[in-house]
Amino acid sequence: MTKTVLTGVLGAAVLALGASTASAATLDDVKAKGFVQCGVSQGLPGFSNPDADGEWSGMDVDLCRGIAAAIFGDTTAVKFTPLSAKERFTALQSGEVDVLSRNTTWTMSRDTQLGLNFAGVNYYDGQGFMIRTDMNINSALELSGASICTNTGTTTELNVADYFRANNMEYELVAFEKADEVVAAYDAGRCDVYTTDQSGLYAQRLKLTDPGAHKVLPEIISKEPLGPVVRQGDDQWFNIVKWVHNATLNAEELGVTMANVEEMKESENPSIRRLLGTEGEFGADIGLDNDWAAKAIAAIGNYGEIFDRNVGPDTELAIGRGVNALWSQGGLQYAPPIR
Amino acid sequence: MSQATPKSGVQIEFVRQQMLPEQAAPAVSRGPIGWVREHLFPSVGQTILTLFCIYVLYLIVPPIANFLIFDAVWSGTDRTACATEAQGGVQPNGWFGACWAYVGAYMNQFIYGRYPDEQQWRVNIVWLMFFGGLIPLLMPSIGFKRENIVFMVLVFPVATLILLTGGNFDVQGTYLPLAILAVLALAAAYGFARGSQSDPMPGLKTTAVVFAGLFVVVTLLGLGFGLERVQTDVWGGLLVTMVIAVTGIAASLPIGIALALGRRSDMPIVRFVCIVFIEFWRGVPLITVLFMSSVMLPLFLPEGVTFDKLLRALIGVALFSSAYMAEVVRGGLQALPKGQYEGAMALGLNWGQMMRMIILPQALKLVIPGIVNTFIGLFKDTTLVLIIGLFDFLGIIRSSTSDATWATPVQSLTGLVFASIIYFIFCFSMSRYSMYMEQRLDTSHRS
Repeated sequence: MTKTVLTGVLGAAVLALGASTASAATLDDVKAKGFVQCGVSQGLPGFSNPDADGEWSGMDVDLCRGIAAAIFGDTTAVKFTPLSAKERFTALQSGEVDVLSRNTTWTMSRDTQLGLNFAGVNYYDGQGFMIRTDMNINSALELSGASICTNTGTTTELNVADYFRANNMEYELVAFEKADEVVAAYDAGRCDVYTTDQSGLYAQRLKLTDPGAHKVLPEIISKEPLGPVVRQGDDQWFNIVKWVHNATLNAEELGVTMANVEEMKESENPSIRRLLGTEGEFGADIGLDNDWAAKAIAAIGNYGEIFDRNVGPDTELAIGRGVNALWSQGGLQYAPPIR
Repeated sequence: MSQATPKSGVQIEFVRQQMLPEQAAPAVSRGPIGWVREHLFPSVGQTILTLFCIYVLYLIVPPIANFLIFDAVWSGTDRTACATEAQGGVQPNGWFGACWAYVGAYMNQFIYGRYPDEQQWRVNIVWLMFFGGLIPLLMPSIGFKRENIVFMVLVFPVATLILLTGGNFDVQGTYLPLAILAVLALAAAYGFARGSQSDPMPGLKTTAVVFAGLFVVVTLLGLGFGLERVQTDVWGGLLVTMVIAVTGIAASLPIGIALALGRRSDMPIVRFVCIVFIEFWRGVPLITVLFMSSVMLPLFLPEGVTFDKLLRALIGVALFSSAYMAEVVRGGLQALPKGQYEGAMALGLNWGQMMRMIILPQALKLVIPGIVNTFIGLFKDTTLVLIIGLFDFLGIIRSSTSDATWATPVQSLTGLVFASIIYFIFCFSMSRYSMYMEQRLDTSHRS
């Protein structure tokens, strides 16, 4: 008796709360439910971070908003699922999220073994070092014998080992579990150097007792290309994510901004006309309206605007463009043309 | 030779004829001074210990009070309020105090998570129903216990489910299975009654009432009530902590009792199943259970079929804590002298009556500290759900510390202090209430 009641209740709860089925074509699925389900981090300033009102902001978040705008013309047609580093790929594989935009490093094994595809690089990160200014060190190559604070169990630890061995230098590792503990230890002087991804170094600097007394060394010792990830086997959706990102890059290169996107539609420049859908049928090829890119740019702006708004010099993080500048300005951000 | 000894011929100058009135004890051994002398400085060793303790308190308390109260920042709009000049703020260099302004700015999120602002009245009603139903239930002097229990066990869970999620579940598919189950259960009840030569009516009645109730609940869940749907992934903060803890506590006690009885049963299959269940859930860490439910389970399901994350966590926590509860209850069952069982049987009580009226009331009373211990452990274990991406109270505090708007050296410290205060309040209340219950139910039968 008790058992039947229990089964009935459980069955009802499972049916009611949980099960939903997704079909193979992610775009159809997204259109049917009316929003993009976007996997983000549990809080990384500048990339995906909720504020006191629970509003998400950041570069990774903007990419998702751009995708939603390209599909629905509405930046609010997106829901964010905060994912821990451990569960992010499962969530994507199982269909819990449509796109994973969670400062995920593009590596070969992730690209080939997990049944996932990386749709581009929206931020070129790399591991860097922060030291005290009064140490009078200007290059990471002078760090021999230093004690280094870092997180345990991450690739940063391995990168440090590689770098110091390659340059024949000694070091002592002081590792902690949580980022907050690492910063506290570094701030208290338990180690000379703090190392993590450079974007992280700028974010954590705000938590130091005297941020002005610390500086980030110019060397980057690892390649951390961060980008959005989608499931393998759905090329249409893969293309949408890839080209929304590329459209923001092309827009910056062509001088199309959030503010002038409407008047730019009348531009004589064929590249701009193709980007904004005044010419050609590029939207139809990826299953969207012809002005998909115009809608995305009107919503989130071009890549430069996204960068400046979230991590740029005027924000708390104050990160320079560096390698994330356009290729035409000496950086790495380069998008294939729309034609 | 004593002077008081009368001798013949000796003039006795004074003999007290009446008793002296009682006098107060000397000033040094009464009042505050006496108390201090007796309790703090009774001997040299004790005096040294007392002074040492005062010194330790002197070392600890003022800095904490300064941090928490006197040097703390109570209002502000961003990190500048809680940062020193060197950090780009307004406080003097060397300042070190709690940043309550940050907690204030985040308070809404700490309580409701990312539950939409305009829908938060629904959560408030749930809080009101919960505390409004629980507090009178916990106070023995207030009557209407029966109505209160019905409210908390039947009305409250259904109302909470509908209010928090928005109701309007797709229940079309559940009616038919439920109807089949109902028919089967009725047939089984009738069959058992006939088999044991007893009147089938009471059994049939109970079964019918239960299933009628289930039909009503399912129908209610299917209704919309015009509430907007709120997905569980925006729930967070204290709301998620309470949902998980209360569900875990409410589910673990009955399941645990059933498991404990099953483990001591004479029926080999029931006993075996219960032992396997208990030992399995006790043998794996909760974090593994949660991790499996969130990372492995979706891989076994067909692509696109997802279970709600919170539901997965709820089931995991409930099963896990039931296993612990079962062992606590079993301890109580074993502590009862055999005479209690034999006495009950001698009175002609059947197994159900014996358990309900004789054994369980005594056994559960014996293990109140153990039960509350499990509850408190469960309450604090809810923080582990952070690993599957659910933001419980501690999780949302930790996630808020990454906000660059408030990033200062004291930010995460303030958040963690706040979290410990709130957790302490909850756990300490549970602990005090259990002590009160122990005293109230104490019959001084020491066996």
